[in-house]
Amino acid sequence: MANDDENKKTVQALISGELPWAEMKDLMSGTKDPERFRVVRSILQSMVPFPEKILLPLTPHLFIVQKQSERIVKCDCGYEFGDYRTNWKYFSRVRVRDSEESLKSLYHPDQGVDPQWMELREFYCPGCFRLLETEAVPPGYPVVFDFQPDLDSFYRIWLKEPLD
Amino acid sequence: MADMTEMSLKDRLEESVKRYQQTGHYQGITRLELKETEPFRYEKVYSELRGALVSARETALHISASPIVRNIGELCFAFYTPEGDSVAVSTGIITHVHTMSEAIKFMIRQGYETNPGIKEGDIFCNNDPDLGNVHTTDVHTIIPIFWEGQLMGWAGGVAHQVDIGASTPGHDPVATANRFEDGFYVTAEKIGENHEVRKDFKIRAQRSVRTPLYWDLDEKCRIAGIYMVRDAVHRIIREEGFSYFQQFMLEAVEEGRQIFMARIQERLVPGIYQTASFMDAPYKGKAWHPEQNHDFMMHAPMTITIDAEGHFKLDMDGASGPGPFPFNASEGSMQGALWVQITQTLVYDGKVNDGSYLAAQHYFPPGSWCNPGNALLAYGTPWAYLIPAFTGMFRLLSRGYFARGYREEIVSGYGFTGDPTQGGGTLSNGAYFPVSNFELCAVGLGARGTMDGLDAAYAMWNPEADMGDAEVWETVESGLLYLSRRFKPDTAGYGRFRGGSGWESLRLVHGVKDLQLYSWREGRVFHGGAGLFGGYPGATGYRLFVKNTKFYEMVAQHQPYPLGDPDPAARELDTGLGGDCFVSRDALILPQPFQSGDVWLSLFSGGPGYGDPLERPAEDVVRDAEGNFYLPKTVERVFGVALGVDDQGQFSVQPDETDRLRRDILAEREKMSVPYQEFWERERQKILQKQLIEPVKRMYQESMTLSPQWSEKFKSFWSLPKTFAFELDNL
Repeated sequence: MANDDENKKTVQALISGELPWAEMKDLMSGTKDPERFRVVRSILQSMVPFPEKILLPLTPHLFIVQKQSERIVKCDCGYEFGDYRTNWKYFSRVRVRDSEESLKSLYHPDQGVDPQWMELREFYCPGCFRLLETEAVPPGYPVVFDFQPDLDSFYRIWLKEPLD
Repeated sequence: MADMTEMSLKDRLEESVKRYQQTGHYQGITRLELKETEPFRYEKVYSELRGALVSARETALHISASPIVRNIGELCFAFYTPEGDSVAVSTGIITHVHTMSEAIKFMIRQGYETNPGIKEGDIFCNNDPDLGNVHTTDVHTIIPIFWEGQLMGWAGGVAHQVDIGASTPGHDPVATANRFEDGFYVTAEKIGENHEVRKDFKIRAQRSVRTPLYWDLDEKCRIAGIYMVRDAVHRIIREEGFSYFQQFMLEAVEEGRQIFMARIQERLVPGIYQTASFMDAPYKGKAWHPEQNHDFMMHAPMTITIDAEGHFKLDMDGASGPGPFPFNASEGSMQGALWVQITQTLVYDGKVNDGSYLAAQHYFPPGSWCNPGNALLAYGTPWAYLIPAFTGMFRLLSRGYFARGYREEIVSGYGFTGDPTQGGGTLSNGAYFPVSNFELCAVGLGARGTMDGLDAAYAMWNPEADMGDAEVWETVESGLLYLSRRFKPDTAGYGRFRGGSGWESLRLVHGVKDLQLYSWREGRVFHGGAGLFGGYPGATGYRLFVKNTKFYEMVAQHQPYPLGDPDPAARELDTGLGGDCFVSRDALILPQPFQSGDVWLSLFSGGPGYGDPLERPAEDVVRDAEGNFYLPKTVERVFGVALGVDDQGQFSVQPDETDRLRRDILAEREKMSVPYQEFWERERQKILQKQLIEPVKRMYQESMTLSPQWSEKFKSFWSLPKTFAFELDNL
């Protein structure tokens, strides 16, 4: 039990970004704990303000959750983005920095991009306006679907755990 | 299974490929018998072999090597099976471990066993990118290793040359447009017999490059190293027995494959991971060749698919086309880059060999920039396209690590190891000196999932990143002195965790009769797509130099002079040295003449960030400002942190003002953003209203022409007519 508590404390510090380097190095160099996914999922579940079961963390703010019979992407602020098999960016708010004026608050023109060659897209959560992802692409580039997990195979074959 | 030792090498290679295809295991080995029965003996032999390779590298570079090799260790050694699969590797530029494998397999497939023959004492050399290399500047020396008359393996060494005799001096040419300007080509050639390099080859090689002494030193270095490897292999065979060692080699490769497969299931999540990277090649108005006189843009889409069984496939379908520039990358160079990335992330503590390469399926589209299949193209600087392309791979795998909970493994990409100052000149005493700088081997690493990225300490192609000593570079580049080396503010990608910082070098041209300099880096685009989870990309580069300065007068009058370009908005180099300051967003520059007193700035990239910058603890941001990683105004605008400054110049956080700034930035996000559908319609109009510039249109059209699937995806995403195509000026 003490080891479990210790492990949980370490993983909590890992998630919060407060784990000291020496312990981090041990985690990198050591054998991976096969239970890490379940430990992390349990910690994250205790941190979010909603009751739906977390199936998979996607980003520091987005989770795939089980909501009744649906599996949706949900922000930790409670905003729901829809079915996880559809790119969550389609339900986001988008700011496109495609002019010298909009780019210069982030980068001096010498150190930023030429907006004719490339634009910077910022995808926000419509609920809390956290910055969830950025895309640096030429104008007219299709929006990237960063990650579409195969949840069924992951749970049933890899974790050997039912996906309810 | 049949005994392969009686077969010809060509048949052995074909049989090895067949066995892998039929069984999914290297050489059909499903059980690691040696490891299972005597694990300590097995690991001891592997450690001895690995130790011999590392030792060969560390020793050889001190026996004989050019300064570029000795200063930052731009070399590596590897040991291969008779069929050319790497078993163990040294440290160093291990991206070449797989490229040498391709070169060995080329020789086997071409029937070298018959003509020109492969016998004990033979020495082979290769630097042809079209059959297993990155660029001509990386030179392989390879020997077959025999035991009691039987070929039992190969040892190979590669070192990066100061100069390869390209049409312009240096190691990464930019002005070239075809193979015939790439410099000295050695296409898998037998260059020696009876353990001695032929004199006629030595003469030819040394007369083909601008720095014959360095060629000679590096060749001796490679030969010293590979013979140390051979001797170590012989010693292990004497201790363990030949049949044991033969079986050991095969099991070690298969174990490398098994480790890779196990790591995927241990650390990732099955699914489809996607990203895209870009690079600018602005040649219009600069090119020396009419066909090169255009602006080009590289497209590197990357999809990694992990299936339910844990199979890994990397696919670059949709990549744009090759061109009349030296940034084309052969398939072998892409395979080498894929392998070196795998060794730094999934299997860094496993058996690092071609087992993991075999397990990583890949598709580099034929006819694209990353697999042109055309030996006549220029391949002098494929790094300019290859490095951006693979930064996305770290990010893709990191999404899997994040989902799985292994946040300590996350890396959001890397800085661009670009802006190698290059050229050559003559000192006032008439002596030639090369400019072939390699301090770029230490850029910023992308932010981790748990901490900031490493500052000025990463190179994607050499896990032992090192910028080298300024004094050593000055010894080689004796007409180009250092005025400063310092961190460059605002180069690290913003985020909850920031990217590793980039840095800058300021150089003075001194004591020369003549000198030409050139360089390349990204300038108009972010090279690596973006950061991760809301992190921003690191800054782009730019080109700055000052000619006809009053530097010597200022020194004589004991006046202070600028030491860099920390804040382009408050630039001192443009007026502080007098003279004519050239500044361009195009970091790419073709060779230009310089004279004593001129000043040249080099800029080295920072890594991308991780997470929303508004979530970075204010105390960390204060440290960023104190360390010159960010300018105070950037801290306020991007991170929303209000800084106070005391009498001693020490920064502190103003908590109330910081809260207000961060609330304001959140409010600005709401005000300046639009719902996705509105964004989609606006973006679509950019295409329909033909607002795109020529290089962007050309890039899209190349991708659409090379890949009907990517074309369909593009048109479908924007609901464009099936007949849609971009109108281009004639190329």
